[in-house]
Amino acid sequence: MRHDLITLKQWIHPHTRVLDLGCGDGALLDDLVNEKNISGLGIEIDTDNITCCVGKGLSVIEQDIDKGLSNFSDNSFDTVLLTQTLQAVRRPDFVLEEMLRVGKECIITFPNFGHWQARWYLMLRGKMPVSKMMPYHWYDTPNIHFCTVKDFENLCVEKNIKIIHRTVQMALVGTKKDHRPKWYNKIWPNFFGAHAIYHVTR
Amino acid sequence: MKFSANSVGLVTAKTVHFDAPFRVSCGRDLPNLDIVYETYGSLNSDHSNAVLICHALSGDHHAAGYYKEDDKKPGWWDNYIGPGKAIDTNLFFVVSLNNIGGCSGSTGPTSINPATGEPWGPDFPTLRVRDWVESQRLLADHLVIQQWAAVVGGSLGGMQAMRWSLEYPDRIRHCVVIASALKLTAQNIAFNNTSRTAISSDPDFHGGRYYQHDVIPKRGLAIARMIGHITYLSDGVMGEKFGRELRSGSFEQGTESALEFQVESYLHHQGDIFSENFDANTYMLMTKALDLFDLAREYNDDPVNAFRNAKCKFLVMSFSSDWRFSPQRSEEIVQALIGAQQAVSYVEIDAPLGHDSFLLPVERYNQVFTAYMKQVSQQLASDELTLTGDNHAS
Repeated sequence: MRHDLITLKQWIHPHTRVLDLGCGDGALLDDLVNEKNISGLGIEIDTDNITCCVGKGLSVIEQDIDKGLSNFSDNSFDTVLLTQTLQAVRRPDFVLEEMLRVGKECIITFPNFGHWQARWYLMLRGKMPVSKMMPYHWYDTPNIHFCTVKDFENLCVEKNIKIIHRTVQMALVGTKKDHRPKWYNKIWPNFFGAHAIYHVTR
Repeated sequence: MKFSANSVGLVTAKTVHFDAPFRVSCGRDLPNLDIVYETYGSLNSDHSNAVLICHALSGDHHAAGYYKEDDKKPGWWDNYIGPGKAIDTNLFFVVSLNNIGGCSGSTGPTSINPATGEPWGPDFPTLRVRDWVESQRLLADHLVIQQWAAVVGGSLGGMQAMRWSLEYPDRIRHCVVIASALKLTAQNIAFNNTSRTAISSDPDFHGGRYYQHDVIPKRGLAIARMIGHITYLSDGVMGEKFGRELRSGSFEQGTESALEFQVESYLHHQGDIFSENFDANTYMLMTKALDLFDLAREYNDDPVNAFRNAKCKFLVMSFSSDWRFSPQRSEEIVQALIGAQQAVSYVEIDAPLGHDSFLLPVERYNQVFTAYMKQVSQQLASDELTLTGDNHAS
């Protein structure tokens, strides 16, 4: 399982209601249903992913997050998740607002563009970084709103969003212990963290 | 003719007779009931794999397979019922009936009213969707099905499936609602009314007592069907299918020959076939039931409140080009289910064929439907395992 998901699972309590925005093939929801007996709902736009979720017996709604969550009432979920999707929405600030309206707590994970490798790549080559995790070019990427740890936290201050937990990781996949933050991640997350995980509330 | 491997093959209809009076929601009693139905696949030992098919306006019990080797067409939902199909008859015991008020053998306006010795005709009690659910419950009892693995329906059939989830929450595990609505819009009622007016203004209608005059209001019924047919298709698909092609005559100036577009000929043909095979009083009654349906009426007009009573899981599907039961109507169902904290999955299928899409082969529709039903069956199997385990433990 992806490292950001392993980390965020600890923040989700058993028997709670979880909304996963951009739930993909439903792997995380399926896990949470089996391990923590949550009542989960996924939102997805990719048709194959939706079929996959349906095949797993998960609840999934075909819906475009960019159009908002107006069909969900305030505080109707305990936790709203947005993993590796913040950078792909049209208005991350709007999506965050909606998440905080619908959920009591939210968990957001995203690639950190303040990471030294991204900085190094840009400085040395003068081009937008392309990596194994992010194999797109600037013109065809679905990731239209890259941000850094610092950018995100500035937005939280601006919007009065309380950060309950923050952690950064070296990689999303790899050996098991990689998901645990190192001492230098904690001291300078925006430089040494490739992936950021935020647990926030209002 | 040999049937393909994924066909249920030859089928026969059965009739069950219920002798006790059946109280209709309008307050009147039907002295007894006949229900015609078909079944496909086999019922498992604990009777947990039964799936009920609820038909729409002009449907009947013949949902899959053939009556004779040389039948031109299979049942109306053969695309989705059969071995290896979405509603897999290798896994499920499928029950499909002709709703009461219908004209394919179940008690309806063409049946004899024992009080008069004449056909019921227009005096047949006004039916609501809940009356169909109640008569389907009788059939379930007769077949010793305590709980449906799923109740499935498109359009008016979806309304029955939803009503099941509220009336008998313990007797339905999954509810599949396709191209349906919580209630009809004014526009939708208007179409139904226009169709009914076409029928009632046919001189052969005789206020619904045409059986006694030995005629049928063919022209009215045909027009009703034509109106319906137009609304079941999309502008796009009609354009693609017929365009402005002529069937006869010519656009040439200097000629005055009668001119007929392909689409005109098609509609007339559809109307003619229908008017020879469908009963006008049934059409009046079924469209009226559609108009009357409002899932949330008795729940303070609050569909969230209504769905709080349900205990099953829901799959809701709509079609992008359907304007008679548009995706927006399905989204209202989904929103209410979410509000009631029910388990629901929703897909809007991108299909050009309009409301009729739910009957036709559409790839993504088939994929989602199949994935859902497969998982329904897997759940049954795992529940059975747990049950057996419990028995061993005790």
